[in-house]
This record gives sequence, structure tokens and C-alpha cells, in this order.
Amino acid sequence: MRAALTILAVAALASVPLWLRDPYLLNALITTGIFVIGAMSLNLLLGFTGQLSLGHIAFFGIGAYVSALTSLGFDIGLPGGFRLVHEPWPPILGFVLAILFAGTCGYFVGLLSFRVRGAYFVIVTISFAEVVRLVALNWVELTQGPLALTNVPSIALPLAGVGELTLRTKLQNYYLVLAVGLIAYLLIARLVHSHFGRAMRGLMENETLAVSVGIDVTRTLTLAAVISAAIAGAAGSLYAHYIRIIDPEVFAFINTVTMVIMVISGGKGSLAGPVVGGLIFGLLPVALRPIMAPEGQWIAYGGVLIAILFVLPRGIVPSLAQRFAARRSGKTPLAPVALAETGVKERV
Amino acid sequence: MTVAMTIEQVAVRFGGLVAISDMSFTVGEGEILSLIGPNGAGKTTAFNVMTGFLEPSAGRVTYQGTALNGLKPHQIADLGLIRTFQRTSVFPNDTVYDNLLIGLHRQGRVGLVDAILGLPRARASERKLRQRASELMEWVGLERRAHDAAGSLSYGEQRLVGVALALAAEPSMLLLDEPVSGMNASETHRFVELIRGIRGRGITILLVEHDMPMVMTVSDRIVVLNYGRIIAEGTPEVIRNDPAVIEAYLGHGAARA
Repeated sequence: MRAALTILAVAALASVPLWLRDPYLLNALITTGIFVIGAMSLNLLLGFTGQLSLGHIAFFGIGAYVSALTSLGFDIGLPGGFRLVHEPWPPILGFVLAILFAGTCGYFVGLLSFRVRGAYFVIVTISFAEVVRLVALNWVELTQGPLALTNVPSIALPLAGVGELTLRTKLQNYYLVLAVGLIAYLLIARLVHSHFGRAMRGLMENETLAVSVGIDVTRTLTLAAVISAAIAGAAGSLYAHYIRIIDPEVFAFINTVTMVIMVISGGKGSLAGPVVGGLIFGLLPVALRPIMAPEGQWIAYGGVLIAILFVLPRGIVPSLAQRFAARRSGKTPLAPVALAETGVKERV
Repeated sequence: MTVAMTIEQVAVRFGGLVAISDMSFTVGEGEILSLIGPNGAGKTTAFNVMTGFLEPSAGRVTYQGTALNGLKPHQIADLGLIRTFQRTSVFPNDTVYDNLLIGLHRQGRVGLVDAILGLPRARASERKLRQRASELMEWVGLERRAHDAAGSLSYGEQRLVGVALALAAEPSMLLLDEPVSGMNASETHRFVELIRGIRGRGITILLVEHDMPMVMTVSDRIVVLNYGRIIAEGTPEVIRNDPAVIEAYLGHGAARA
């Protein structure tokens, strides 16, 4: 049933370019897709370990910059009169380096903040994103600062025997984003259904108990942070090579908020949640644009968010799944609040 | 009898408050030892020291030759020293079955790459865990509840989930913190059978409990704490007739009567 739904959804997404010819809408779908990947990575932390990263865009932006700089090359001065010169590399290597670099940043941010967690994690992540933004803005020699890195090359896929396939058209980029999105989805699904995922859930629900059966808090949470950051970095790299221009505005707080909205509305802790929430809130501005003035669009955006959370408080996917399950078994579903209350942590 | 755990001159102070002043005793391999004492005697504090949730102000705890000082709770769990908690302690939003799978964490360690790619090694490990979870569920008698959220179970059933969770972690020594409080007589009776069964598997048991009839039935040996120090130690018969123990529980007048 679930597998059938997933295959159906993938087939539907894969068929979109066959009947949707409008380049503007295709463009909206591609950028939305990139943000959906970001939202999926955020969901791994927020939904499966309960840690809110309010600086998640930092990993996305780092991925974008690393990828762009790898493929553009740079020439910067170092202390002591040395110069560091990097000749342009193929963008596909930029994509790989973006993942590695963002993942490494995730490791250090995780290590630094998971000793304290909760509100402290939120603060550390916000600060981290702001610091990275300021670096991108002020290290003009490397990042061009507000002048932006322009002419970022498109990703080229090396094809065995044939040479390269440069992904320039919207159609090609659509399928690239869909493919990366699918891989990210499968990776997260496998992870959360493995014993690593169970350790994360255990820690979220009852940390004291989880620790007492041998689950290592720091290791588990850091692992989640690394994978989450790496996936966000991959999304950032796709963004840089698709939009082909990258400036420090990519680190804007509103971008993190957008991802949080996608996750919460779709349903945190549900694999499909960020995809559903992401498609709705990514495409909503596009849908509203022809019928409303910009102010009206924002009000409507907020209105839709409030309406979703009012009617489906746990998010679209979990709430609907619960209703569906309840109707099938004929039982009233257990109130999630009552369940949550019994989970009061034992403090020792 | 070989000694499993040694507690040597352990003291715990919270600021000026002395929770445990000087505690020394040993737990034998395969023994059921009970730690009793009036409220506030320091029993749960002693538990927390033995399982790494609390660092003692002085003294040391050794388990099977390894000093536990400075080890984190999950590292101590890796030595096979597993505890349960006084209040209900389950993963409330997961099913009973998933609770046990989480508890089986120590048995399920496979490489990250194996897990993500679903390689044969990871799949075999998953199959083994699922089988083990089913066995444990059957053993504590919760098969009927397998697919209910643990948080929706009755108090007594949640207790059983707690014990099954601890057993899932494959302890060589199990520390039970007031496991039967809030249980009715028949539930308690079943629980005593369960504890005997656990010991029958060669697992050492340290029990903290208020239910005296239960403690007297199940224990091989009893250690009595009062005001953070040990006031008596011995078999249930010895403890039952010890004047210091009677005084601690019933007051000075009762001891003379």
C-alpha cells in the first residue's frame, strides 16, 4: 500500500515535464524540488531526533558556495604573502565536495552543540548561519561578496564512452533534481528504519531510557547532523549550478523558515511530510501570483499555513495517515497529546 | 560465590546534603540482592551511581573487574549492566514491538553503509532482532499488545515493557528500581515469577523495592540502608529479626516492644 503510493507519486513526478510545457512553471518546480531536498534534510534532524536547526540554510549555502567555487576556481592571498590558486574543476566534483564539506560542518556544529541541545542547539545553528553569511559577504576576494559569484557552470554528467552531458535545459535539470531528491529520500528512509533510526527515535522520546539500554547520545545525534548537513549541501550545490549565480542572500533566515514551514506543515517525523509540505509551500507563491497583489500573497501564504496546522495539527501526512488507519480499524485514534504526556522524561 | 559487583566506600553529597555517607557491599554472580530502606535512605541514589547516571563524591564501583568511575551510562550498559526506572519508562509513541527493537540496540550494531544500502549483513541482523523482539514479548506475556503504542498500556503492562526493554539489552546484571510499586497482588506474584525466570537465565539481579513481602520472598540476601549508610546485611530471616532494621522502619518504641 505504502510502496504503491510511493511508486505512484514518483511516476507522477517523473511524468510532469511530459505534459507541462510552460518553462516558468517548470522553473518553479525545479527550485521547489531543490528546497524540498533541503526540507527533507531538516526533517531528519527535526522530525527524527527532535533537534531544531534554525540555521539549516547555512549547510545549503555552504554547499552552494563550495560547489560554485570548485567549478569557477579562485585565487586568494594568504597570510605571509602566499597565494592559493585553484583552477576550475568539473562541476560534478563541486557537487561531491559540497556534500563532503557541508557534512564536515554538520559534524562540528553537531559536536559543539549536542552537549547542551534543545534551545542551545537552536541558538548555535542560528549563529553559525549568520557567521557563514558574514564571511560570504565580507571575504570579497573569495566570494565576490555582494557582487555575487556569476556564471557558475551547469552540471555535466560524465557518460562512459560518450563524453559528457551538460545539463543546460530545464527538462534536464528537472530530472537531475528529481533523481537527487529520490536518492536523498531513499537514504533517509533506509537510515530511519535501521537501528540508527531507532536510536534517534529512542533518544527523542525518552533520552534517559535510551541511554540506559546502551545508546550513545553524542554519536547518534552527530551522525544525524552530518547526514542532514550533507544532504542540505547537495541541495545547495544543485541550486548553485541551476540558478548559476550565488550571493550571500542565499543565507537569509527566511530560507530556513521556509524549510521549517515545509517540514512542519507536511508533518515532521514523516518521510513524505517534507515532500508534500514542500510542494504546497513551494508552489503556493506561483499559484497566488497571477491572482493577488504581493501583500495579499503573503497574507494568503500565512492563512494557508494556519489553516493546515489548525485542521491537521500534526502535519498533513501523519494526520491523514492516522485518520485513514482509524477509519480502517474502526477505532478512534489515540489522542497524540495523551500519549505525549505519558512520555514525561524521568529526570535523575 | 564469585563477586559480580563491588561497591567500595561510596559517598554521594549534593552540596551539604549527604545522600550516601559510606556504602560498601558486594553482589555475587547470579544472586538476587535487594536494597531496602525507608524513603530517602539513598536507594535510588545508589542505583544512579552504579549505572553511571551520577558520579559518586568518593569511593568506587567495580563491575566484573572494571571500574565504573567516569564511564557514561551507555558505556556501562555496554558492560552488560542494565537498569530499569522507578517511574514508567517506555518509549510512549512507539509500539511495544518497536520499543523492544530500540532496546535491542546493542545487538543490532551494523555499519552505517550496510544499513543504508540494505546489504545482506544488515538484513540478517534485522531478521535476528525481529525474532528476538518476538521472543521477548512472548516471554513477558505481551504478545497481544505488540502493535499498541506503549504509552497506551496500563501501568502494570508498561512496567513489563520496561523489564523486557532492559532484557533486550542482554544484561549480565539487571538493576530493578521499585518494579512492583503500583502493581496489584496478582501482578506482583507474576512479577516475582518473572524475576526468578530472569535469574534462571544466569542474570544477576539487584532489586530496590518497598514491597516487603515481595522482597522477603524473592531475595537471596538483603542490604538495608538508612540515612545513607548500611545498617544491616544478611538473608531475609536475619533481616526480618534485626532490631536495627525494625527500628528504622517502625521507630524506636517498636524495637523495644
